[in-house]
Formats: sequence, structure tokens, C-alpha cells
Amino acid sequence: MPRFKPDLRESEATPEGIYLRRREFLRLGAAGAIGAATSAFPIPALAGPDDPAGEVLPVARKADMAGGEKPTPWKSVTTYNNFYEFGTDKADPAQRAGGLRTRPWTLAVDGEVKRPLTLGIEEILKLSPLEERVYRFRCVEAWSMVVPWVGFPLAGLVKRAEPTSRARFVVFQTLLDPAQMPGQRSRILEWPYTEALRIDEAVNPLTLLAVGLYGRVLPAQNGAPLRVITPWKYGFKGAKSIVRMRFVEEQPRTTWAVMAPTEYGFYGNVNPAVDHPRWSQGKERRLGEFLRRDTLPFNGYGAEVAGLYAGLDPRKLY
Amino acid sequence: MKRWLKPAAVAVLLLPIGKMGWDAATGGLGANPVEAVQNRLGFWTIVLLALSLVPTPAGELLGLAWPQRLRRVLGVTAFAYALLHFLFYVGVDKFFDWPTISRDLTRRPFLMVGFAALLCLAPLAVTSTDGWLRRLGYRRWKLLHRLVYLAAALAVVHFAWRVKADMRRPLLFAGIFAALLALRIPGWVRAARRGRRNA
Repeated sequence: MPRFKPDLRESEATPEGIYLRRREFLRLGAAGAIGAATSAFPIPALAGPDDPAGEVLPVARKADMAGGEKPTPWKSVTTYNNFYEFGTDKADPAQRAGGLRTRPWTLAVDGEVKRPLTLGIEEILKLSPLEERVYRFRCVEAWSMVVPWVGFPLAGLVKRAEPTSRARFVVFQTLLDPAQMPGQRSRILEWPYTEALRIDEAVNPLTLLAVGLYGRVLPAQNGAPLRVITPWKYGFKGAKSIVRMRFVEEQPRTTWAVMAPTEYGFYGNVNPAVDHPRWSQGKERRLGEFLRRDTLPFNGYGAEVAGLYAGLDPRKLY
Repeated sequence: MKRWLKPAAVAVLLLPIGKMGWDAATGGLGANPVEAVQNRLGFWTIVLLALSLVPTPAGELLGLAWPQRLRRVLGVTAFAYALLHFLFYVGVDKFFDWPTISRDLTRRPFLMVGFAALLCLAPLAVTSTDGWLRRLGYRRWKLLHRLVYLAAALAVVHFAWRVKADMRRPLLFAGIFAALLALRIPGWVRAARRGRRNA
């Protein structure tokens, strides 16, 4: 539908806080350039066990979209995970995801599309230039981190499949294989894990199909080989280890919304005004920090996404 | 009487605290140390609550006397862990955020039942001394201390509401408490018979 389009989107305008600190940013930029020049020649002897590991991905460009905040250390991001396919303790995925075979891997794109696709992971990696995006990541459990994801906007893949006019939602399905995913041997959740986005959410420029972390191939415990990242939503909305994307007309049943409908809504948008029935969502603990900080509406990405929900009851946006 | 039994028990029961201190110093608490300590304190509270219910049936069914001498230590330590669990929530996890804490304790059943369990245990810890046993008289003291069953039930509900989907551990503790309660039935039956004979 045609809409009025200003030549500058709200999200493209420099926030006042950054404008006021522009000199500091220039200094940081210079420091960053020196840092980048040095990191082009990494010295292996300096890489400790807590440093990023794994195959290096070719990253075409980088964008900091977390307000200049320092990313959460690699070790925390890769040892503190909710990935019930490998166990329900935060430490389980890092310990038990070693058996996940991420090569070869195929993704089926089907449903209400003109061009159903079956793509191998190698093809997917070549669909678009890879970008690094540093995003805030907020879990529904009121903890958060800052993560340098590597991936590309999901919109490209959606367009390639050419959804029909009936397609209103896209459903993501995680691998179902109890042999590789020991957590699936217990019926803790309805397997396979299923999540979904509205089409307009899926093609929002913020929505990422992530294949890496810290410039490296995504570790198994973080959802290898590819997962969805929607930084304005709680983490559970980002399906991991995806094998299928299905376009549908009706709002689908999603895993957590089925499991506990009073606790997890379909949208899963970060919303400090709507508490989880068991705890407050008003504040969050950033991993590595002692004091909780205020949770921001849409996790601080309101400028980019609030328009998607115009006319919707804000109380429903959780 | 083995004089080392109680001090040894106290030392063993404090080991989890020592382990937390060690892990805190060496990075063994993981990426979210506050949550880790909070969970561990809650876990040990429920373990100690279960252990405090072992001496009575152990004496009645197996004729073991030494566990009875540890009953008070186990009960008081269970309360100490419960109190630490609560104080840690107030002073560290929420860092004295009173508006949030008061909402938690008045509107969220998950936290209300946990707090209720602590309130059940407090008078038991206070009246655990010989002096209080004398003052109350054994009959009333015993009646009061049956609150521990309610505390155990509330603790299990609190644990079950804490987890998001994986009920295996809360159910395990529910089973343990149910078994410990069932093991007391022969003792109750005997006591009831004795009571009737004496009447």
C-alpha cells in the first residue's frame, strides 16, 4: 500500500544524545580504526580459551546498533544459553550441543510462496553479503546481553521466495532430531520448536538471519547454523537451528504461546509495561553488570519498529 | 555421645556456602553469578528441609539414634539457607528496589508462596531451643513444628513456579517429601494406639 515517505526516517536521524557526544565518537572512531588495523593481523599466541573461536566469516560491513555498548564477552554469550533442545540449564547447550551436525544443512522455504526453495547452508551463506550487527539481546527472563551477530537481513530471502498475497505470517521450525538434540528426548516442550513472525516483521530491516557471532561461524549452542534475530523481541522469538520456513495465512501456534498462553504472547515484543506473571519486566540485568537497568520499550528499537504496531493495544505487545 | 557429631554436621552443611565463595572468586558461577547464587541457595534450602525430615522416620523405622541428634541442626540450617535466599533476593538480586519487591510479595504467587514458606520456618527456628520446648510444652511444641510440612509443600510449589517448563526437579522433591511423609505414618499409627491404651 502506498504511504507517505519522508526522505529521512526517524531511525536515520542521529539521536540527540549521540549528537551531543559527537567529538567523543570521532575519538572512538579513530581508536576503532587503529584497533581494526591491528586485529587484521591476529597473533594466535594471544588467543586464550575465552576468546572467540571457530571458522572466521567474511564480513562485508559492520554496524553498531547497541548505542556503542561493549559487547558481552564471547565466553558469556556461548556458555549461558536457553536452548532446551540441549537441556534446560543455561550451561547445558554449551556442554551438550557438540553432536549437532551443521554441515550439510538444508533449509526448506515453502507454503504460500510462488517459488518454494530448498537451500543448502553454503548457498544461504552466499545469498547476501554478510554483515555484523551489534544488537541488544533481551531474554524474557529479565537478563540481557549485547551481541555482535553476523548475518544478513531476512527480507532478502523472503523476497526470493516470492510470498503470495495470502501469506501473512512466516513460521520457523527448528530441527527435530532427538539423536542430535538430547533435550528432545523429554517432552518438556512440544517439539519441534516453532516460532513465527508477521510478514512485515520478517522483512523489517532489523530482522536478521544470523549465521555467526563475533565474526565466527555460529556455535551450535547459539543456534547453528542459522537462526532468527529480532532485537526488539524477547529472545524466545528467535528460532534456532532452522530447517524450515513456511509462509501461512493464519496466525500460527508457537511453542511458548502454546506451553503457557498467559505468560507468552505471540508478539513477544520487549515491553517493560507488561510484566511476566511471575516477575517484573521493568528492569533487566545485563550480563556482567551488578545493578539492574531499566528495560526499554521495544528493547530500544522503537524508532525502527513501533510503526509496525500502530493501532494495536500496547498491552498486547508482549 | 559423640561430641564431634554436631560440629561436623554444621561444617558439612556450610560447605555449599564455601563452594559458592570459591566459585565466586574463581569465575565458577558462570555468566550470571547473581542468578546462580540465588538458585543454589534455594536448592540447598529445599535439600536441607528434606534432610530435616529424615531423622524421625530413621529413628522409628530403623532404630537409629544418631540422626535424631542432628534434627535441630538440619532444621535450623534449612531456615538459615531460606533466610539467606530471601535476603539475597532483596539485597543483591533486587538491590533494595522496594517498589518491585513489594509488588513481587503481594501480587506474584510464585514469590508469595516462597515468602510464606520462610514465614512458616521462622517460628520453628526461634522455638528450636530447649528453653522454648519447655516453655511451650512438648505437645504444643510438636503441633507448632508440624508447620514444617506446610513449609515443604510451599517450597515445592515455589520451585515448580520458578522453572519455566522443566518440572522434573520440582517433581523429584515433591516425591521425596511425599515419601518422607509416608514413612511417618507407622509412627503416627503406633502413637495413636498408645494414646488409646493410656486413655
